[in-house]
Amino acid sequence: MARIELDHIRHAYGPNPKSDADYALKEVHHTWEDGGAYALLGPSGCGKTTLLNIISGLIHPSHGRILFNGQDVTDLSTQERNIAQVFQFPVIYDTMTVYDNLAFPLRNRGVAAADIDRKVRETLDMIDLASWADKKARGLTADQKQKISLGRGLVRSDVNAILFDEPLTVIDPHMKWVLRSQLKELHRRFGFTMVYVTHDQTEALTFAQKVVVMYEGEIVQIGTPHELFERPKHTFVGYFIGSPGMNVVPVEIEGKKARFGGQVVNLPGAPDMPATKGRMELGIRPEYVRLGREGMPVTIGKVEDIGRHKIVRTQLEGQEIAVILAEDEEVPADPHIHFDPKGINVYANSWRVALGE
Amino acid sequence: MDKTWNNKAWFMVLPVLLLVAFSAVIPLMTVVNYSVQDTFGNNQFFWAGTEWYAEMLHSERFHAALLRNLFFSFIILAIEVPLGILIALNMPRKGWGVPVCLVLMSLPLLIPWNVVGTIWQVFGRVDIGLLGRTLSMLGINYNYVQNPLHAWVTVIVMDVWHWTSLVVLLCYAGLVSIPDAFYQAAKIDGASRWAVFRYIQLPKMNRVLLIAVLLRFMDSFMIYTEPFVVTGGGPGNSTTFLSIDLVKMAVGQFDLGPAAAMSIIYFLIILALSWVFYTVMTNYDAER
Repeated sequence: MARIELDHIRHAYGPNPKSDADYALKEVHHTWEDGGAYALLGPSGCGKTTLLNIISGLIHPSHGRILFNGQDVTDLSTQERNIAQVFQFPVIYDTMTVYDNLAFPLRNRGVAAADIDRKVRETLDMIDLASWADKKARGLTADQKQKISLGRGLVRSDVNAILFDEPLTVIDPHMKWVLRSQLKELHRRFGFTMVYVTHDQTEALTFAQKVVVMYEGEIVQIGTPHELFERPKHTFVGYFIGSPGMNVVPVEIEGKKARFGGQVVNLPGAPDMPATKGRMELGIRPEYVRLGREGMPVTIGKVEDIGRHKIVRTQLEGQEIAVILAEDEEVPADPHIHFDPKGINVYANSWRVALGE
Repeated sequence: MDKTWNNKAWFMVLPVLLLVAFSAVIPLMTVVNYSVQDTFGNNQFFWAGTEWYAEMLHSERFHAALLRNLFFSFIILAIEVPLGILIALNMPRKGWGVPVCLVLMSLPLLIPWNVVGTIWQVFGRVDIGLLGRTLSMLGINYNYVQNPLHAWVTVIVMDVWHWTSLVVLLCYAGLVSIPDAFYQAAKIDGASRWAVFRYIQLPKMNRVLLIAVLLRFMDSFMIYTEPFVVTGGGPGNSTTFLSIDLVKMAVGQFDLGPAAAMSIIYFLIILALSWVFYTVMTNYDAER
């Protein structure tokens, strides 16, 4: 187990990167604390997998250093870094039995036979494949195969970290939930440093203590699920996390007021305006928009009833604002909305600015 | 499972059946016809029954050619399959090297058999051949025309040069189909180079290797043109393989009956051995 420091890591796949656009990973400077459970969340192609492969040593970064417990491992091979990694699609050794598949990483490292047997049986129980131990791995179903991949990641107890690259994509929803709980349980018991890559926010928020959100090759916010929800640092985080995502409307700021079209919204505090005045936006989650008879007049678009609540798409000054309404609430005849000040965030050039007094 | 039977399908395969009948079945039947009769000139046939078969099966000449040919096929497979795998493993997977290697590998396969024979026949000549001259200048008394061992080495090296590419190309096709994730997982699992080969690459090459072994076995067991051009079956009978012997008997001596019987036996041996290879390798595949 180790504390993993990423020291100004940049990576480009092509040779001679010139502009920022050539970099798959723009600049990541971050420390994964020993024993932490992190989720790396972001849309496809944002550099999550690149970052993971840099940690495990499958990719050598173009710039920057990686340190495990303060020791520079940038030039060490994957084997020497002693990392476990589980990939998105099942990787199994067809010709081996299920048992041998799990024993493989241990045998390669010369672990004593008795220890191998104990660890493999333990892991088999955990992934619920004990009765399949002597079967050839090639005959298994896709999710059983993925469980073997997971098992191979978990079978070594001395690893510096376990990295998961969207490991549950091919697993059916119920099993997903079971395996995720087992991973959490495992983390609680053994305190591995775990990094879990996903583009599924539910998965990220339930698995991790801290969620790292990436967007276009950069980390845009690191925080607890609560922080990501209440105070998204970037409009992308607001939009990506939450269902539906945060409403973002362009505004003009005048002291403690935000103006858009003919409407004025009172802010909880005056925003710290950036030196060079940029594009200002107001973000508010649908959970904090109140629909009633007072406030700003809106027209109602679609109403989506998704079971536990309703999502109402309203139009305000030509802007769509999503509102969440409890299942038993009705849309009023003369609809108005107002924003709960608790949920208001202000963004300059997509980045959140602090609200003063 | 219930399948819908559609008898119209037979009409669709009819042209192919006719074609195969004319190109394979009917010629084969004439051979059968010759093998059970004795013939002299002017189309006189006398019933001979299994006489020619009995003669062939007890013929020392046939046994010698058969053994020679089996030995040849064995050496060819033992060299070309491992060598082909080795070359395929070391071929580049991307970049400009890929087309270069593929073209180089395909070249020998594109050269007609008799041209390959001629190339090596000239190449090995002591008086004007590059190989023959060089060897004799190095003090090696190389002469494939008089020394049986030298004749064998020449024929084998020629076949390796001509056909290893086929194994290489088939194995390469198997190798490039392996997703990167397998190699990455192997690195994570700390697998050695040998373990990567044994547990990832070899299983993926399995099917193409089966095809490669079958093709190389059948071709080498039927080899005719190249050794005929280079050594003419000599010195003595040392490189007289089955097909060379067959042609000598049928065309040279005009012993049509024994030659026909030998053709049938030869054909059945190839069929049987190919079937054995196929079942052994597919069973092995299914077991795992």
